[in-house]
Amino acid sequence: MNMEMHHGSLLSAHGIGYRIAGRQILNNIDLELLPDKILTLIGPNGAGKTTLIRLLLGLSPLQSGEIKRKPGLRIGYVPQRVIIEDTMPLRVRDFLRLAGKYSVAEMQQALVAVEAESAFASPIQKISGGELQRVLLARALLKKPELLVLDEPAQGVDVVGQQALYNLISSLREKHDCSVLMVSHDLHLVMAATDTVVCLNHHVCCTGHPEDVSGHPEYLRIFGNTLEGLAVYSHHHDHAHDIHGDVVDEAGEQVCQHDHSHAHEHAHEHSS
Amino acid sequence: MIIRTHTSTHTSTAAEMDNFIINALLAGIALALVAGPLGCVVVWRRMAYFGDTLAHAALLGVALAVSANLLPLAGVVIIGATLAVLLFWLEKHSELSTDTLLGILSHTALAAGLIVLSIVQRDASGIDMMAYLFGDILAISRNDLYWMYAGVVVIGVAIWRLWPGLLSMSVHEDLARTDGVPVALMRFAFMLLLALMIAITINVVGILLITALLIIPAASARLFSRTPVQMIVLAVVFALLSVFTGLGFSLHWDTPTGPSIVVLAAVLFFVARTGKTVAEYR
Repeated sequence: MNMEMHHGSLLSAHGIGYRIAGRQILNNIDLELLPDKILTLIGPNGAGKTTLIRLLLGLSPLQSGEIKRKPGLRIGYVPQRVIIEDTMPLRVRDFLRLAGKYSVAEMQQALVAVEAESAFASPIQKISGGELQRVLLARALLKKPELLVLDEPAQGVDVVGQQALYNLISSLREKHDCSVLMVSHDLHLVMAATDTVVCLNHHVCCTGHPEDVSGHPEYLRIFGNTLEGLAVYSHHHDHAHDIHGDVVDEAGEQVCQHDHSHAHEHAHEHSS
Repeated sequence: MIIRTHTSTHTSTAAEMDNFIINALLAGIALALVAGPLGCVVVWRRMAYFGDTLAHAALLGVALAVSANLLPLAGVVIIGATLAVLLFWLEKHSELSTDTLLGILSHTALAAGLIVLSIVQRDASGIDMMAYLFGDILAISRNDLYWMYAGVVVIGVAIWRLWPGLLSMSVHEDLARTDGVPVALMRFAFMLLLALMIAITINVVGILLITALLIIPAASARLFSRTPVQMIVLAVVFALLSVFTGLGFSLHWDTPTGPSIVVLAAVLFFVARTGKTVAEYR
């Protein structure tokens, strides 16, 4: 990745390191976010993904390295595992209102954009996991963000809902003209929705286009057997791929690349 | 030592009688006005134990203030601020949970307060320890009331000003932070407001029971509210009801007033809880 701050870059991080209790969580991380791009951070549990996100957002103090944000950058953030306790009576509309002084129409519009308009007056503790993630997205969108930061946005959402959510996210990028930085642990679910993948395991293992990363030896070493992910992917992408899905056991990599070339074509169709 | 009740201390004329009951009512109203909103935030932020710790430390504050010839109110607020800073520092540099740290601070503060108070009492026997521990709402003077209502105004204005950020961080601290809410500062400010509340209401129910009036009315209010503001309004209503019924109960049955108010608050909670359960069942 280019070390220099690109012209028009939204955010760039250089040489980020972070230690907790003597353990090196992050080591010499470089990252750059360009406008209108989707970048996915992927890595095993405990790889430091959330730590990196928190550093980029300024939620944790920087220990080493430097982060440059475009001045006045508007960020919409969806944290990992948001739990709103039952002790506070709070409807979805009250929750959205916390983001700032927005009119009822603006809040409803934001919910329409994430297809969760029916939740408007519901107590936020009573909506489903998928709806909550959408409401969080709506809250982030209210700020008219230039950058959406999503930490495991499909958390607590069933498999069908996950694919729908990722599709929604890639459509949001086009509609709202913003970049997306998201964390995921399943490359195959986000593949179609991402431009760049950064594979993180305390350091940047590999980075590039999703189809390149999925075949990268470093990626395969960390994720090894990702058959589960493949099965999910081929099933939900297109039923025509089911036959290939069956031979996943023998040539996972090949099937994977085959699928992704399709995904890529779709992306091209959208952008033209 | 005996817990004072109105019959043992105030047996003068009917006019004085009315006066101290009116003062007690006004003090109770002041308490309800601040306990409602602060109590809701305490419940939302799971700060019940912190409230208890602040209250216990208040005794130390009073004792130190008296021995230094300061206003007891100043002593309580200063001790409250010290405690907030101490807890903040300990949380940062400790393997122990907040729960355990508060357990250490809370009881140490109470014990230290009792020691300092006993030393102060040797010189000035006028200090009634039981009044601080359990409150003495019927002995509240007009001067006390001025202080109380000044405190009510300060707390009311502060909550009104801090409200959006305070609510936002009570829902989710990281989201609040990314929205630019100065979370650490707000947390400290809220702790100071709690200390101020304890300082002005210490004579009403006493340090051992004050947390009850933060928690119980807010808990009752939660049962019937759909929005945060509704919960605050209802918490004030429940606190007022507790004060009125508790005071009436205390006067009628000649029981200690602070504990009576707390017990009535709890009775109201159980009635509300049962009523709601029955209504839901039907």
